[in-house]
Amino acid sequence: MTITEKILAAHCGKASVKPGDLINAKIDLVLGNDITAPPAIKEFARIGVDRVFDKDKVALVPDHFTPNKDIKSAEQVKMMREFARKYQITNFFEMGCVGIEHALLPELGLALPGDLIIGADSHTCTYGALGAFSTGVGSTDMAAAMATGEVWLKVPEAIKFIYKGKLNKWVEGKDLILYTIGSVGVDGARYMSMEFTGDAIKHLSMDQRFTMTNMAIEAGGKNGIIEPDDTTVKYVKDVMKRNNIKRNYTLYKSDADAKYSKIIEYNVGDIEPQVAFPHLPSNTKPVSKAGNIKLDQVVIGSCTNGRIEDMRIAAKILKGRVKHKDLRVIILPATQAVVKQMIKEGIMDIFIDAQCAVSTPTCGPCLGGHMGVLAEGEKALSTTNRNFVGRMGHPKSEVYLSGVAVAAASAVLGRIGSPEEL
Amino acid sequence: MILGKAHKFGNNIDTDAIIPARYLNTHDPAELAKHVMEDADPRFVDKMKVNDIIVGGENFGCGSSREHAPVAIKAAGISAVIAKSFARIFYRNAINIGLPILESKEAVDGIKEGDEVEIDLEKGGIRNVTTKINYTATPFPRFMEELIEAGGLIEYVRRKIHGKNI
Repeated sequence: MTITEKILAAHCGKASVKPGDLINAKIDLVLGNDITAPPAIKEFARIGVDRVFDKDKVALVPDHFTPNKDIKSAEQVKMMREFARKYQITNFFEMGCVGIEHALLPELGLALPGDLIIGADSHTCTYGALGAFSTGVGSTDMAAAMATGEVWLKVPEAIKFIYKGKLNKWVEGKDLILYTIGSVGVDGARYMSMEFTGDAIKHLSMDQRFTMTNMAIEAGGKNGIIEPDDTTVKYVKDVMKRNNIKRNYTLYKSDADAKYSKIIEYNVGDIEPQVAFPHLPSNTKPVSKAGNIKLDQVVIGSCTNGRIEDMRIAAKILKGRVKHKDLRVIILPATQAVVKQMIKEGIMDIFIDAQCAVSTPTCGPCLGGHMGVLAEGEKALSTTNRNFVGRMGHPKSEVYLSGVAVAAASAVLGRIGSPEEL
Repeated sequence: MILGKAHKFGNNIDTDAIIPARYLNTHDPAELAKHVMEDADPRFVDKMKVNDIIVGGENFGCGSSREHAPVAIKAAGISAVIAKSFARIFYRNAINIGLPILESKEAVDGIKEGDEVEIDLEKGGIRNVTTKINYTATPFPRFMEELIEAGGLIEYVRRKIHGKNI
């Protein structure tokens, strides 16, 4: 079996499962945010139970429109807060503690290797970086899971991606995943498990791995997953110690004879930093072929690229420099812990001196919510995960996606470009 | 039996196009319905009539997990979505909330903008009334039929928890 099949089998009490099987699986965590949890709370009430299945295994993360952007979004968070109090939900994150869900939950040790996690947010697939099975669902699924602790799932077929060789300079996990989506297309892994393997993955830090699994959904994947190794175990041990977590976790690995519907190999030496052009994440080009695209805004951060290592990469490039006068830069660290570490390392000074606006943790402009939406005709380069029509604001604005190094360099250049040009 | 006019869309219609996030500070279906498909076709709400059918290409509903997308389509009065394929989360959400969806490459290729289309949900039959050609949608797995028959996931779970007679 593949690692995904093993985790699914373990959570439905079967010795083995195969692609196409419909299973009822027990979950280790169900999460929702300020957009998806309110309808889930309404649906939960219709089920007619007087408790959630486990008050420690529900996470409510109001991160999308935080700090509340208007009366309606404040009402949505109020509904979550009241639900959390009523059902004594342990993991409701109030302003000041809240971070972007997919960065926050691993940081707190709420996602561990071998877990089965569902979330009413498509980027729930992020936790696969830890060797967990995690996938996005809708609000009704979240409601049912809060009541029963279970979810129905179809066991997915799997694609094995093998990344061979050594990364070129400035190439990040983000570039690997953009390149992959560019090569298979936005539905290239529809309904499938994406297993990321190979030397190049083994050498990636956890932050880089989270970026890759975060975007599995952008290829239509059900989950993205990386086998846990020493890097994973070290990360997990640190997190558990810091948060005083005693729970057991399981390290699963794919069998040598596991079945894949496809095996795709890349030599990462052929990959240079990538840019996804509007309006699909698969519309990728190497940065050297981007041409002269002048920018109005650069966004660095999000659940894809808002972790401390991303901030360090941006700081390395922005240190002693000032952003181009014709654009504005928004930096979105994903959690309060990232913000604190930035201050400690002097990264905050670098960003402020470079004339970047640094935000409190929020999804903000990534989905055109608030805190930096685009006007008609404006172009943004962003380290977020989607560049659909209207994603960051006006339907006639344009979003380009890249890794952190390209975004930071472009902020200085005023157009899409590489750090090599500085 | 469903009868309505077809509104055609291309491949990879994402949930941001179906219901842009700028409207997601509410989950009121009636409010969401006012903006359905807005970033794919800003005039859609004015053009469509109750019972009309959306016809999409490959990977319909890709992107975000927002259930607000099928909710907005349903609340606007669209009776069904036919597509060549559906993105995974949209597919789940549509079944969970009771929006009829049908998968058929042939039907999508054979239906033009404005054609009258008749759908027999029970049999998965799609008839282009304008061209008089019949198509059959990919059947649902048995478990999903049970969900649909129960009236969606919440009803299904209610029955499971409280017994059939509630």
